[in-house]
Amino acid sequence: MTKKSILRHPPLYIALAFILLLCLPLMLSRFYLYLLALIFVTGLLATSLNLVLGFGGMYQFHHAVFYGVGAYAFALMLTESGLPAWNAYLAAPIVAGIVGLIMGLICIRLSKLYFGMLQISLGSLVWAIIFRWYSFTGGDDGIHGCYVNGIDSTTNIYYFTLVTVGVCLFIMHRIVRSPFGRVFQAIRDNPERSAAVGVNVMAHQLVGLVIAAVFAGFAGALFVTVEGSAFPDLLFWTLSLEILIMCLLGGWFTFLGPMLGAAIILSLRTVVGIYTEYWTMVLGIVMMLLILFLPEGILGYIGKRREGPVAAERTEP
Amino acid sequence: MTTLTLSALCQQLLVGLSKATILFIVSSGLSLVLGVLRIPNIFHGSLYMIGAFMAYTVAVAVGGSAGFWVALVAAPVGVAAVSFVIERVLLSRLYEREHLMLLLFTFSVALVLGDLVKMVWGADYRSLSPPALFQGAFDVFGFPFPRYNLFLLGVGPLVAAGLWRLTDRTTIGQIAKAAAVDREMVGAVGINVSWVFAWVFIIGCFLAGLGGALVAPMQNITQGMDHSIIIEAFLIVIIGGLGNIWGALLGAVIFGLTDAVGILVWPQFAIVFPYVAVVTVLLFRPTGLLKSTW
Repeated sequence: MTKKSILRHPPLYIALAFILLLCLPLMLSRFYLYLLALIFVTGLLATSLNLVLGFGGMYQFHHAVFYGVGAYAFALMLTESGLPAWNAYLAAPIVAGIVGLIMGLICIRLSKLYFGMLQISLGSLVWAIIFRWYSFTGGDDGIHGCYVNGIDSTTNIYYFTLVTVGVCLFIMHRIVRSPFGRVFQAIRDNPERSAAVGVNVMAHQLVGLVIAAVFAGFAGALFVTVEGSAFPDLLFWTLSLEILIMCLLGGWFTFLGPMLGAAIILSLRTVVGIYTEYWTMVLGIVMMLLILFLPEGILGYIGKRREGPVAAERTEP
Repeated sequence: MTTLTLSALCQQLLVGLSKATILFIVSSGLSLVLGVLRIPNIFHGSLYMIGAFMAYTVAVAVGGSAGFWVALVAAPVGVAAVSFVIERVLLSRLYEREHLMLLLFTFSVALVLGDLVKMVWGADYRSLSPPALFQGAFDVFGFPFPRYNLFLLGVGPLVAAGLWRLTDRTTIGQIAKAAAVDREMVGAVGINVSWVFAWVFIIGCFLAGLGGALVAPMQNITQGMDHSIIIEAFLIVIIGGLGNIWGALLGAVIFGLTDAVGILVWPQFAIVFPYVAVVTVLLFRPTGLLKSTW
């Protein structure tokens, strides 16, 4: 094994990128800071999905449920309880984690497509309740005016999301590299063999699902921080498929792929939105081309080019 | 008082059953495509919406009572033509891909079709009145029951019988069933599987268009009607058993009836009832009530 040159040292680049991001508020307008904050939040959501999808090989079809539940838990705690804001930031991941645990316990026995389908039906049930429960969740109007004291200017929101999302990504990266993460990926690659060597497959998958739900719930809280409101669309099934698209676009065998996918899609939406109202059509066409010609995503493609044919064999989970 | 609630229940159940007819027609098409082609087709809902908009346009263009009947034939045929193009140009390249990819691909097509509908028909909603023959209502236990819903109750069994004949009594149906189990073997005996798949896909999408045309006189034709129907259709297919036409019928009846009961018992949360029914079924029979072809 050759000695790694300092230039091929990933943490160095990440530290440089982080410093650059810290300096950005000095030169960017408020609109771009808002867009970047939104990208961090959506990227966190997509990364948490990729934890179970790319690294766990589970068909997590309705991940937005945990995002939406987290957003509502945060918004309700903030507006109704009167407790300091940090309670709400704590409540969002906890509530999302509990919902993830319940849904996981119900779905976990099923494999692949059935798992995904049952998750969509359970998620739709949660959506239907939130959509209709006017007295508690505000129904289809949602909850508005959720502002946190101290995190109110665009610059503050930007720094807050940058730091919290950075910490979350670091923790998730450690989880992926931990013994648990290794076993989790072994289950993805070969569940039967993992079970044969004594791994409790379902317990690992359940824990993975809850971890992903917790981070998605926190992303929901951050979304409310950025946007100031929570609404039922946050847990509608189309959003789940959109974040699946982000993972696919960036590359779902790479850790930072989903973040890249979120950045591309949100930037594209902003740019395309200037010229045409038919943004979803553009998104659809981009997606179709991607699946036809680049199914392993951008980072996956670059990785494949660099590593050669061995990595190329593993194109799908 | 009890008689009043009983008759209200009967009326509501009849309405629920006629809604179930639409759900059955749409979800049987979805189930056919899932069972034979193994494609979880998200844009099935978009085709339903296109069917409804096409039915409106044709019915208005032809005019009068005949308009509806022409539309009832023309809209599903138009939808089938659209699906034929999509299948040959795009989907036929992707059959070997994994389900997740197919799901995302069909979702992308749904996004494009959704915006195309917005381009062609605009963002306003449309409404179509039923043909003169089925306007007005019958009296059922002292409650009005729309004639059009009665018509739907007749159409449902007709479609079910037609589908049964098609899958059980025709050569293409037999080939399709065989291809669902082992597509290599069917190809090996010299049958062009690709075209069998194309035909099955077109028939499935025709049913989506038919469902859209049939629902057009019942509700407003709007953007977004694709989003709600596709989730309902998927759930129906899942609780019935993937690929099982009778399962789709059973699932649609369960969905329609629980919805109807929900409206009667707790209108605010009526939307929740069918989902609870679906989850309950799946808790006890995770792979659906009837035998799946998977």
